[in-house]
Amino acid sequence: MNTLAASLGAARKSQTAWFVGIAVFVAAWFILYNQLLPFAQWLVAQLPIAPDSHLAASVEFFFYDTPKVLMLLTLVVFAMGVVRTFFSPERTRALLAGKREGLGNIAAAHLGIVTPFCSCSAVPLFVGFVSAGVPLGVTFSFLIAAPMVNEIALGLLFALLGWQVALTYLAFGLAIAIGAGWVIGRLHLEPWLEPWVREVRSAPVSFADEQLSWIDRFEAGWDAVKEIVGKVWYWIIAGIAVGAFIHGYVPAALLSRIMGADSWWSVPAAVLLGIPMYSNAAGIIPVIEALLGKGAALGTVLAFMMSVIALSLPEMIILRKVLTIRLIAVFVTVVGSGILGVGFLFNVLFS
Amino acid sequence: MKDIKVLGPGCKRCQTTEDMVKAAAQALGVAVTVEKVTDYAAIAGYGIAATPGIVIDGKVVHAGGLPKKEDLERWLLA
Repeated sequence: MNTLAASLGAARKSQTAWFVGIAVFVAAWFILYNQLLPFAQWLVAQLPIAPDSHLAASVEFFFYDTPKVLMLLTLVVFAMGVVRTFFSPERTRALLAGKREGLGNIAAAHLGIVTPFCSCSAVPLFVGFVSAGVPLGVTFSFLIAAPMVNEIALGLLFALLGWQVALTYLAFGLAIAIGAGWVIGRLHLEPWLEPWVREVRSAPVSFADEQLSWIDRFEAGWDAVKEIVGKVWYWIIAGIAVGAFIHGYVPAALLSRIMGADSWWSVPAAVLLGIPMYSNAAGIIPVIEALLGKGAALGTVLAFMMSVIALSLPEMIILRKVLTIRLIAVFVTVVGSGILGVGFLFNVLFS
Repeated sequence: MKDIKVLGPGCKRCQTTEDMVKAAAQALGVAVTVEKVTDYAAIAGYGIAATPGIVIDGKVVHAGGLPKKEDLERWLLA
């Protein structure tokens, strides 16, 4: 036992072992992934449930989606965890400091996808960016894109709803972050920051001391898996349970009447409903999958998802430490309008 | 005596970082004073954009996420 632990410990220090291990893992992953649907069907057949009943549809959805979403999440989070070791908020800030608006907004939104960001760091990040000379609007582009266009959302959309939906979400998520940041920049709202934020002068820093090898990067990826999957799994189970209920029991006619493309008010209703709701992308996507399967319009559903992720009450409470209420109101209005626009556009384009 | 500051508003990872610093210092037998900086303005003044951060004798050595144990030992012995 001790020798096994010791050799495992030694393997963690070997780059070759990591590469071989990852290759084996990915191969096993794909084999297993392809067996999930037959396995779920087999499992449901073993249970004392009448086939083709509402309950059977719900249970099969649950048994199929739970391992599928968790497996996908593991793969995506690991890959993104490795990619993120090449970026840091400090480096991103240095890239954005003094950038003009326009180009700066575009760069900030894209960097928001790959820069490691945790919502508990939102305030230090905001102050750090603004005090280092990143324009307010550019900072907002970053802050909007970072939670909204994240690897969990994109990876799950890709897997559950196809690359077209994932790519459109990416494009429109970036467009909202760029557009909303640009508008906020044009409004020149710097006086609406909390006074202490404007007074902070930060010293430039560099961490030349920290050198990362490939092993460190892989370990960072693995740490990300442990942390993120460990944190969101119950959101996912809850989301899938809701999705399974919708899938099995909610009549399609009802949903397509309420959330279909013909009812214009469904998009604003979806956005408003999304603000007080706070969920992780991982929890909301199984719900969306089930809603779409029942004939809900794509624009309405995406607007709902963007609103849940990008406009969350807890995040606003955190940001209240640096922004005045007026500035938060502008932020919600601008981002909300962007999401509304995307929702309506999609419903027109895809109906 | 090394003067160490752990920068962070009080999230779980900031607490873990502080514990790691204390454990590493004790294991190496390095005398340290560890102070927690939770004020946002003070944190921003050090120039970091992600917490937790570590400052040793006035120099920022780390920011964003947990430090690596090996790095931590190297900084403490430097």
